Amino acid sequence: MRWILELAGRPLSNPPDVKVSPVRLAGFWRRVGAVVTKEVLPFRRERMSFAVIFVLPILQLLLFGYAIETDPRHMPTAVVSGDDSMIARTILSAIGNTGYMDFTHQPRTDDEASELLQRGEVQFVVSIPADFTRRFVRGERAQVMIDADATDPMSVGNSLAAAGPAIEQALSRDLIGPLRGRRGHSDAVELVLHRRYNPEGKARLNIVPGLLAVILSVSMVLMTALAVTREREHGTMENLLAMPVRPFEVMIGKIIPYFVIGAIQTAIILVLSWLLFDITINGDVSMLLLGTALFIIANLAIGFTISTLAENQLQAMQASFFTLLPSILLSGFMFPFRGMPQWAQWLGEVMPTTHFIRIARSVMLKAATFEDIHSELSALLAIVVIVTAIAISRYRMTLDGNAKPTH
Amino acid sequence: MTPASGLADSLAIDVHELVKRYGTRTVVDRVTLAVEPGRICGFLGPNGSGKTTTLRMICGLLTPDGGGGTCLGYDLLRDREAIKRQTGYMTQRFGLYEELTIRENLEFVGRVYGLDRMRERIDASLERLGMATRQKQLAGSLSGGWKQRLALAACVLHEPRLLLLDEPTAGVDPKARRAFWDEIHAYAAQGITVLVSTHYMDEAERCHEIAYIAYGELMARGTAHEIVESSSLVGFVASGPGADRLAIDLQGAPGVTAAAAFGTTLHVCGPDRDALLKAIEPHRSSPSIRWDEAEPTLEDIFIHLMGKARDNALDS
Repeated sequence: MRWILELAGRPLSNPPDVKVSPVRLAGFWRRVGAVVTKEVLPFRRERMSFAVIFVLPILQLLLFGYAIETDPRHMPTAVVSGDDSMIARTILSAIGNTGYMDFTHQPRTDDEASELLQRGEVQFVVSIPADFTRRFVRGERAQVMIDADATDPMSVGNSLAAAGPAIEQALSRDLIGPLRGRRGHSDAVELVLHRRYNPEGKARLNIVPGLLAVILSVSMVLMTALAVTREREHGTMENLLAMPVRPFEVMIGKIIPYFVIGAIQTAIILVLSWLLFDITINGDVSMLLLGTALFIIANLAIGFTISTLAENQLQAMQASFFTLLPSILLSGFMFPFRGMPQWAQWLGEVMPTTHFIRIARSVMLKAATFEDIHSELSALLAIVVIVTAIAISRYRMTLDGNAKPTH
Repeated sequence: MTPASGLADSLAIDVHELVKRYGTRTVVDRVTLAVEPGRICGFLGPNGSGKTTTLRMICGLLTPDGGGGTCLGYDLLRDREAIKRQTGYMTQRFGLYEELTIRENLEFVGRVYGLDRMRERIDASLERLGMATRQKQLAGSLSGGWKQRLALAACVLHEPRLLLLDEPTAGVDPKARRAFWDEIHAYAAQGITVLVSTHYMDEAERCHEIAYIAYGELMARGTAHEIVESSSLVGFVASGPGADRLAIDLQGAPGVTAAAAFGTTLHVCGPDRDALLKAIEPHRSSPSIRWDEAEPTLEDIFIHLMGKARDNALDS
């Protein structure tokens, strides 16, 4: 195995205690520069991939920012009313006036209503039991039930949150005559919610930082994974290693262009979010940049590790998506992190995207300081160190496979 | 093959008993090779015989598991960086970047070696290649022959003293091959030593000397003439109507190493004259076919050596 280590960039001719002279360092940067130039040049001709790198983030931002509404209104709702009193009607119209629910169906039984919910024809079922008015007048607890189709928790959260206050307000305004005495009893009507869900805040503000994380990880992981695998697949790696450029120099030279691309993507997203959605960075910009830099490096290291495992570009692509999907689904980008089961949260904690989303959201929206986010930054740093160590050790071993004759 | 110790300093390649193993498989088994400066040494042998691995050990890409020696006077084990700097290694597959232009590829190589007067050198190299007008063309769009010439130009850009070429002309048309070999000879005339692996016999004959390796073992060494001379192989050529069709009958017959049709004639050879005569005896009676004793070809000898090497490998 000795030659593997030697290939990995420590020339045997130099004893380990030799000091790195400026001349040697200049040689290092010259060779790294050669690799960087070689990586960047094809972009000039491949307008298509160039466009993808910079236009894709813009398209995604517009798509997520404008088209996908995570605070949907006027959702179809079924009403099962066993009580047609004035109070019941007051409560129903209060719920309807929130704008979230449109009463589209009037099923006669609870079963019929459940079926509508099951089939997805309605998002909510509002039920008022037959004894509602009687209990209300007696001063007993009267219940209104809302069943929500919570398969998409984001879309029902706000509607459910709005229903309670709407009912209370309606009761305080509309209770007149003999029922006046019931005013101000906040416990007069109990709203029973099934599968109630409460998202964290305004959708767009929440999505832009998350989007920054997802766009960066998709492009960083995928591009690095392909960059190294391509060299091996095309047989150029052997030629490269026969020249006086060390594997470590190749690695650095390959990573620098993609780091710059990641930085430009970040700038595009932040500027566009500001121009289009008026989202500004409330906190310290340097904190966000520090987090972003760590996050980009973590993703480059992941991509590099994948490229050392994959035998061809197709495998590299598959492996990239295999790592990207959970980082999109379990990082708190798609679903509120606290809503996930414990095991999924643990998985999420291992992924850099999770920590970066927290950093980005905290800094951009909550003006977090270093003290607030230092644990997230350390987690990110730990991931960078571990994955880089794996990447480097795997990279050495790959040269073994790379240098083997192909018969 | 070990040269006298006084000569050792001047040898371009001087390696002894090189061994390379992958797991339990010995890919290169005690290969000793010495090449004088300015010589073109043809490196021949069947597929999988360890040619590529040997070249990789000589250029410092792989560390031998056994043996050692010097390359350009540098120690094979300790001075690999120095060897890399003065050696040009051309890989079997096109090792340059198809997505870069011809000029950009050369510039990349130049930067990695840290060459001075880059523009001048690259212009000269392009001029020599006859590619000056096509320098902005993508390397990927070149034909096989041009790709190989470009790869060679990239190999010599840093003015190496030794060229290691791994099957440089595989799949290249005869005209381009000839042009390629003219260039190899031109470099040799400048004093560059060349070790080139090939499967083509005509190319072997264009080398100053030949080393034949089979099953990881060096089987023959010398000029093409010396190898034919020193071979104990006996050959016959049969000509006349239907002579070429006898090949099928004679292949595998006792005493026959190889029987092959060349156009309308038949070449047979074997290590033992009497045994060979006995094998062709039944066919000698035919009046229309003429049998002449002939010197065995290089190809005959290599096929014979290959069989011998396989027997050795099976014995051990």
